[in-house]
Amino acid sequence: MNINATILGQTIAFAFFVWFCMKFVWPPLIGVLSERQKKIADGLAAADRANKSLEEAQAKIAQELVEVKLQAQEIIEQANRRAAAIVEEAKDDARTEGDRLIAAAQAEIAQQLGRARSALRAQVASIAVAGASKIINKNLDEAANSELVDQLVAEL
Amino acid sequence: MAGTASGYIKHHLQNLTYGQLPAGYERADGSVLDSPAWTFAGSVREAADMGFWAIHVDSMFWSLLLGFLFVGLFRFVGKRATSGAPGALQNVIEILVEFVDNSVKDGFHGRNPVIAPLALTVFCWIFLMNLMDLIPVDWIPGLATLIGIPYMKVVPSTDPNITMSMSLSVFMMMIFYWIKVKGIGGLFGDLALHPFSSKNLFFKVLLMPVNLLLETVSLIAKPISLGLRLFGNMYAGELIFILIAMIGYAQLPLHFGWAVLHILVITLQAYIFMTLTIVYLGMVHEDH
Repeated sequence: MNINATILGQTIAFAFFVWFCMKFVWPPLIGVLSERQKKIADGLAAADRANKSLEEAQAKIAQELVEVKLQAQEIIEQANRRAAAIVEEAKDDARTEGDRLIAAAQAEIAQQLGRARSALRAQVASIAVAGASKIINKNLDEAANSELVDQLVAEL
Repeated sequence: MAGTASGYIKHHLQNLTYGQLPAGYERADGSVLDSPAWTFAGSVREAADMGFWAIHVDSMFWSLLLGFLFVGLFRFVGKRATSGAPGALQNVIEILVEFVDNSVKDGFHGRNPVIAPLALTVFCWIFLMNLMDLIPVDWIPGLATLIGIPYMKVVPSTDPNITMSMSLSVFMMMIFYWIKVKGIGGLFGDLALHPFSSKNLFFKVLLMPVNLLLETVSLIAKPISLGLRLFGNMYAGELIFILIAMIGYAQLPLHFGWAVLHILVITLQAYIFMTLTIVYLGMVHEDH
């Protein structure tokens, strides 16, 4: 427990270790620490930014969803209107076509009727002549009779 | 030499001293020197008679070894340190560095690049030196005796030379920065104008010697208390380890209990030394 030159030796050693620590030990370690601190701060800031943009994106999505829904509704309505119009049109077409067909059929009927009437008329003349000749049982002047009969026929 | 209890204790508390013995000196083994000789002290008396120009080889050896262990380990980690995810060792080192850095930020408000590395060195080095206290007291001295080394004290901080040299170094740095920051006038002002002060110039001058006396005493008490606190705690702890080691098998639980308590003491003493270093150096950088 004597005080001796050890005190000087230890002082020199102490100075050396402090110097060494200051030059070669402290800077890299504290550098790494502050670098990591900065990294973490940056990371947190980036996370904040990401959160914010996520919120923005979500708001945008909600907004666009509403717009899209409106659009879809509009399209559906349009389609419905169109469908109604097409049905209406088809109905009109069908009605016209029907009318046309009915008209054509009636014309046909009228035509057929006329034809049948004239044929009938022709046959009625000859039948009447034949009938009359049988009734009279005598050869008559066919020309004079047929004129008479034609008159009759025309009166039918 | 360790035959009696007091011999055993004395042996364990004696440093391995290398120094010069004068001519005509009668050595412990009875031989008389015919010329001055540089040698290892063979007894407590010889060590004392070597005077100031002797050195405690064991204290220096262990303190340097632990100092190099500290800077080597920290340098090793510092070189490989990454700001990404740290490994286990880097983690431990970083916790220490951050702890010291925070202590410095709390206690020291000036700007001085020396303080933080100084505090780190003080804390780690003193902690390692104190840690040697937990090695059972007979292991290393016993080995040393086997290979012919008469004394071996393995805890450098139980040597007042070691602790006082560190506290005096801190004291010298204190004076250096005091003058550097405030100048000689500032130093004198700090010593002479507090704690008693007066607006009246006459009373101011009258109070100066009183202030000087008080402040000088408290200034000188700083390094002495700083060094002796560490020394006293470690020396007492070591002494109790030695006493416990003498009581046979009953020492095992006692030794364990004291060692557990001592884990607290060695850390606390290193921490106190570091904190006071920061505080003392912070004091001279600040205005009152």
